[in-house]
Amino acid sequence: MSDSLLEFRKVSVDYAGRGGTVSAVTDVSLTLIEGETFGLVGESGCGKTTLSMALMGLLPDIASVRGRILFNGSDLTTMTESQLRELRGDRISMVFQDPATSLDPTFGIGSQVADTIRAHGDVSRKQAKDRALGLLAEVGIPAAAERYADPPHRLSGGMRQRVVLAAAIANNPALLLADEPTTALDVTIQAQILDLLADLQRRHGTTILLIAHDLGVVAQICDRVGVMYAGQLVEVAPVAELFARPRHPYTRALFDALPSGSHQAGALRVIAGQVPDLAHAPTGCRFKDRCPSRLAECDETPPLAMSDSGASIACWLDPATRAAGGLGPLAIAGESNG
Amino acid sequence: MAEPTGGRPLLQVEGVVKRFPIRRGVLRGAGAVHAVEGVDLAVGRGEVVSLVGESGSGKSTLGKCITGMIRPTAGRIHFDGVEVSGSSRGARGNFRRRVQPVFQDPRSSLDPRWAIERTIREPLDAFRIGNKAARAARVRELMDLVGLPAHLSQRKPSELSGGQQQRVAIAAALALEPDLLVADEPVSALDVSVQAQILNLLADLRQRLGLALLFIAHDLSVIEHISDRVAVMYLGRIVESGTVSEVFTDPRHPYTRALIDAIPRPDPTQRMSRTRLIGEIPSPVNPPSGCRFHPRCPVAIGVCSQDDPQQTTFSSQHRAACHVAAAQTASLSELPHERAWL
Ligand SMILES: Nc1ncnc2c1ncn2[C@@H]1O[C@H](COP(=O)(O)OP(=O)(O)OP(=O)(O)O)[C@@H](O)[C@H]1O
Ligand SMILES: Nc1ncnc2c1ncn2[C@@H]1O[C@H](COP(=O)(O)OP(=O)(O)O)[C@@H](O)[C@H]1O
Ligand code: SF4
Ligand SMILES: [Mg+2]
Ligand SMILES: [Mg+2]
Repeated sequence: MSDSLLEFRKVSVDYAGRGGTVSAVTDVSLTLIEGETFGLVGESGCGKTTLSMALMGLLPDIASVRGRILFNGSDLTTMTESQLRELRGDRISMVFQDPATSLDPTFGIGSQVADTIRAHGDVSRKQAKDRALGLLAEVGIPAAAERYADPPHRLSGGMRQRVVLAAAIANNPALLLADEPTTALDVTIQAQILDLLADLQRRHGTTILLIAHDLGVVAQICDRVGVMYAGQLVEVAPVAELFARPRHPYTRALFDALPSGSHQAGALRVIAGQVPDLAHAPTGCRFKDRCPSRLAECDETPPLAMSDSGASIACWLDPATRAAGGLGPLAIAGESNG
Repeated sequence: MAEPTGGRPLLQVEGVVKRFPIRRGVLRGAGAVHAVEGVDLAVGRGEVVSLVGESGSGKSTLGKCITGMIRPTAGRIHFDGVEVSGSSRGARGNFRRRVQPVFQDPRSSLDPRWAIERTIREPLDAFRIGNKAARAARVRELMDLVGLPAHLSQRKPSELSGGQQQRVAIAAALALEPDLLVADEPVSALDVSVQAQILNLLADLRQRLGLALLFIAHDLSVIEHISDRVAVMYLGRIVESGTVSEVFTDPRHPYTRALIDAIPRPDPTQRMSRTRLIGEIPSPVNPPSGCRFHPRCPVAIGVCSQDDPQQTTFSSQHRAACHVAAAQTASLSELPHERAWL
């Protein structure tokens, strides 16, 4: 059995907002295997960033976390701020959608990479600079030595994201968390950055948690994929399995809404209805009001359960979910001689 | 660019150039940003034309020239046969009503202090159309047209989702019954599922109102469904144009091919197999010599760094400006059964 690097155990996150308590993440259990690239997808507001911020210990004060988040066996939710700070940028590093949030506008790009190295290792200024130059070259900054002192605004968005990646891999992290790292980039540059991520993963064996809303991005570089809807994890599957046989009705709806790539007339499929307001989240399956196959049991929360195919689904239509929830097989309407 | 089929086009752009003088930095006064460098483009009545290219290729600048937000440095823009690029105020005033912009980020184009009812009513107030009751009725009609439930009318933009905000922006753009919408990346900031809703809405409005649309996008995947024709822009120039099926199934320009290849396919069995476009779009202050694409072009030949390629015509609609594509067409006529590309 492969080693687990990161484990979410029944993790929930609430925000105590003025308009009531928002249950942004509810009972998420998930294990990341060492060396894999795991994609987390779902529509805006479904809790992807909240889950990753909970892992980094970077949630705002109004947020409260329940459950356990085990990194190499130690619980991140009970660590002190200084213990977490030691991990961040070292064993765990991050890349966000907007490189501006990760880079200081007033310092040269090279020294920002060197600072990350010096913050976590006992190296001289000179050694850190040499290593930073090597990293900038590794992530594809042309003429890195000449650009070393350039402030971030002199660089294009794609180049800034490369600098952020250089800093993120500087200390050989075990886990790289990338939250929509290519969403703000052109498709051509996105393709380059995805190649770079895949390449870094291959060479350093880094485990990557990639948050994305674009199923194409996930298909290109992930090994396994988790689908979130309204704070719940509804499906987890190996990437080939998910794309060949999406099972959860929400996952299927997401696939149906893709612009199919056919230039034929006719409307694109859309998911009817709206994402529920998480300050008043419905009980049971949160997709039930938009689900075309809703059952009476959907008022109860379906457990995420693994089937023989290696895919896990949280849906009362699924035999594994039903077995895990103590329900009998679904009687199929119109079936004879069952 | 090729003409829309039949009749005088609604919008005709000819040789439009837009240069921004450089006001800051070491190049101050010395040079200019060549944002748009001689663009021809036409949009027919009720037609959807998409303009695509990487960021910095000049799409928004061209869109702003067309909506009259900025003045082109050179070239002519005719709307419904009347020149609007330089001409009299009267012609422009009427033109302004008939061409409306829609922007990428509804949050920045909507006034955060106003209830959406007021935002949609604003153009009617500005042009003094109808009395109070008529305007209120028209706002309800517009909200209905774009699929906004009436009970949202008193909400502020911050109380709406991104998709709903974009519907408000579209409703306000439709208030004066324009003939043409110039939509600059109207779905780029939205979720995939919401993108589909807005694309459907635009297609539906075109059907119902006979509205023409110039749809600006940096992502080819969203335009395939909605467009009649496509123009691909690179560093201030249109490098390829044609019907949507010509451009998608038989792209002739290497840049178009690279843009199509860069779309991440939602299919894990087809990974990274395609060629990557190296490097980034160069600065429009000193565009490369010859073909502007040559430093990044995977198939460039000697002549590409010297001569600016002219448009080659492949069909009544389909054109591309590329030396290699032109040469391949020439040899293609001798070898009719060969495929055009590599
Ligand atoms: N600081 C906060 N206070 C209150 N609610 C919040 C806060 N941050 C996030 N939320 C809410 O928590 C839910 C999950 O948000 P989150 O940012 O995790 O989603 P996401 O999946 O990352 O979305 P996106 O794709 O837009 O980045 C949403 O309903 C959001 O409005
Ligand atoms: N007001 C302006 N002043 C100077 N340069 C500008 C201005 N507007 C756009 N540009 C430049 O013109 C080029 C084309 O920009 P733009 O039209 O926004 O491209 P796109 O919409 O395709 O991303 C870019 O290099 C951009 O920086
Ligand atoms: S003209 Fe030459 S450089 Fe330009 S696109 Fe064609 S082959 Fe490439
Ligand atoms: Mg997020
Ligand atoms: Mg633009």
